Amino acid sequence: MWRYIARRLLQAIPVFLGTTFLIYTLVFYLPGDPIQALAGEKPLSPSVVAALREHYNLNDPLLLQYVKYLGGLFQGDLGETFDGQQVSDVLSGRWTVTAQLALTAWLFELVIGIGLGVWAGLRRGSLADTLVLGGTTLVIAVPVFVLGYTAQIVLGLNLGLFPTAGTEDGWPVSYLLPGLVLGSLGLSYVARLTRTSIAENLRADYVRTAYAKGLTKVRVVGKHTLRNSLIPVITYLGVDFGALMGGAVVTEGIFNLPGIGQQVFQSIQLKEGPVVVGASTLLVLVFLVVNLAVDLLYGVLDPRIRRD
Amino acid sequence: MTSLRVVGGLTAVVLTASLGLTACGGGGKASDGTFIAGHPEPDHLIPGNTTSSYSWDVTDELFENLVSLDKTGNAVNAAASSVETTDQKVWTIKVRPGQKFHNDEPVTAASFADAWNYAAYGPNAFEGNDYFSQIRGYADLNPEDEKAKPATDKLSGVEVVDDATLKVTLDAPFSQFKLLLTHPAFAPLPKAAYTDIKAFDNKPIGNGPYMMDGAWERNKQVKLKVFAGYTGTRKPKNKGFTWRSYASQDTTYTDLRAGRIDLMQSIPAAKVPEAKRLMGDKALGRATGTFDYLGFPLFDKRFDNADLRKAISMAIDRNGVNKAVYGGEYTVADSLLPPMIKGHRPGACGELCTYDPTKAKQLYDKAGGFKGTLELYFSNAQPSYEQWMQIVANSLKQNLGITDIQFRKIPVSDYLSTLSDKKEKGPYRQNWEADYPSAQNYLEPQWHSDKNRMGWTSKEFDGLIAKGNGAATDDEAVKFYNQAEDVALREAPLVPLWIWKSYGGRSTKIDGVTITPFANGLLAHEVTVK
Repeated sequence: MWRYIARRLLQAIPVFLGTTFLIYTLVFYLPGDPIQALAGEKPLSPSVVAALREHYNLNDPLLLQYVKYLGGLFQGDLGETFDGQQVSDVLSGRWTVTAQLALTAWLFELVIGIGLGVWAGLRRGSLADTLVLGGTTLVIAVPVFVLGYTAQIVLGLNLGLFPTAGTEDGWPVSYLLPGLVLGSLGLSYVARLTRTSIAENLRADYVRTAYAKGLTKVRVVGKHTLRNSLIPVITYLGVDFGALMGGAVVTEGIFNLPGIGQQVFQSIQLKEGPVVVGASTLLVLVFLVVNLAVDLLYGVLDPRIRRD
Repeated sequence: MTSLRVVGGLTAVVLTASLGLTACGGGGKASDGTFIAGHPEPDHLIPGNTTSSYSWDVTDELFENLVSLDKTGNAVNAAASSVETTDQKVWTIKVRPGQKFHNDEPVTAASFADAWNYAAYGPNAFEGNDYFSQIRGYADLNPEDEKAKPATDKLSGVEVVDDATLKVTLDAPFSQFKLLLTHPAFAPLPKAAYTDIKAFDNKPIGNGPYMMDGAWERNKQVKLKVFAGYTGTRKPKNKGFTWRSYASQDTTYTDLRAGRIDLMQSIPAAKVPEAKRLMGDKALGRATGTFDYLGFPLFDKRFDNADLRKAISMAIDRNGVNKAVYGGEYTVADSLLPPMIKGHRPGACGELCTYDPTKAKQLYDKAGGFKGTLELYFSNAQPSYEQWMQIVANSLKQNLGITDIQFRKIPVSDYLSTLSDKKEKGPYRQNWEADYPSAQNYLEPQWHSDKNRMGWTSKEFDGLIAKGNGAATDDEAVKFYNQAEDVALREAPLVPLWIWKSYGGRSTKIDGVTITPFANGLLAHEVTVK
């Protein structure tokens, strides 16, 4: 068990070096001149351009730039944005917003997704089942920005149930609507996965045996069926948590949440290598940790899956 | 005002925990004499280190220049009591006594001189560096050889005579210097700025009517409160206000409608018809000074013919584009200057800006037609650019018979470097908004032989601009600028298309909103709060 965890954590090192280098290279080869982009239409003095290029090592070849970046990284310096902020400050400020948003969305997936899935799975073929299947299909089919703007206008602006945008009301109030929108897609997948899994397992031999032993329905479903049905769901929820942390550009934009997604999007446009690499690396680490946690959870849910 | 009610179904389970925590939204708080304005995030709050108008939104309230602009774009004394010259080259400026920074440091001639030196010193890499290039000694602070360290960090043309007197010597006479002084880059800085310039950027100390109420909360907001020690003419009629940062203009507009903010300056074009319908007189339309142009790469021999350029310009139905793409809101250009600039002559552009397919075809044939592929360049910043370029292409096809037309839609990050590296092979969209409201600032940066992007050279144009810059009176200067304008129109290396219109919006809570078309933008001190 512990050896397994240690091995998995050691694997993170080459993954870390590989991703940082790959992303740094990709950003390096993006078209456009970041310093030119800073000033827009207005002229930037040649002396200022030269000073900025020197400061951000933009005159160096790719490999040297990357080595300088890594050197800084090992001294705890994540680099600087083109407007002179420390990348560590930028990321830590935005990380909390993204984490709150992702957590809210994830809780919606977990609670509502599994809830709907169990509800439908137990009543296969009934009206409830059809409703859940139809509803989730609809949510999967609608693009997230349509969902986001509609929810914002209808639930936020017209009905006044939620704040329309921003973080001024704090967690959870400010994050409920964006969380629901962001989580809606995953929620639908979770509901469908759970439903199918439950419906299948209900017909398994061990369930019949359990009923034959005279166990109550609550106990059969709650303790045996659900536990066995959750393995694919947990896998999905684990991977999706990583995706939620990184992929909320649209939702963050609509609801004016200053999170990581927006920053990465903006930095890619500005060719801010250190920001893109810093944020992506953190995301990779989140993925690695979450996936490890999921793999360990398998053993809890199903003792047949052992780690040594 | 935001309130939470129970939402039906399963969501209620998750929501119940949070229901008790709900509070009123920002804009709807009981009136404390303050208001909230929404705009995109600034990049810096030091006026000399930015070219972003969102930064100037904030710094304009925090700082007061020697000279500032009034509502109609005239330069009026602000921190200065007088700005005088006899030869347009040496300027003597008296700083009004008794002014203070927000930290009680007195505002003196040195406050300006030090700030300008700092911004003009190349290695400090201030984005506003270029605005000081007309002051004598600028070249010493920004040597040609980019690796060389400048020999000095003081502009020799900026001399502090005494606490109240500043003497500025320019390289060449410049009659518009007083207007240049209104530009945000010429703000003063207190001594506290230089000890830690980065920390200062987060909590600037200025001499303007408002001061920072806490530090800049990045990506969230900048709060400003009234500075009691302010002695100038921009006395605030409110108790303070907040610039809240938005990543999307659509969301800013939604929040304005939801009453979470009180003011926004630019409603997205697609929402303007709705805003006018829903908000009535609270939708605030204003003419701007932002021009769209069509430029020609004269370094490509095919475009080195004035008749061809005129033919293309006259084949474009500007009114038609305005109606089709901008709902008729924009102003079709009839001059190289917008109407609010002194020196604007209605109809100065004449037939060059008038849609005349027959005359266009005649000129086109006279020029010998056009050979090869006509490539049209624009950026992907706005979908409307592509819409109007398509209309332009159709006009050229129908009216001139140019059939081989291709669109070159360039990513916005790449567009300006494409143009400045002269990589474009055909007519391109150009855009300009003046830094200060002077005919000179519309003409010189865009057409002067040493500065233009088209590869156009005209000694005549350069000479007339120089005469205007050396003129003793405003009227005389305008006369020369107009003559230069006529040269630029005659040769047509860059033809004007239309001038933008913007819509702002306000909530019912505030009134007295003026947004000027100049760099000072919103006149926040005039806003009244109910």
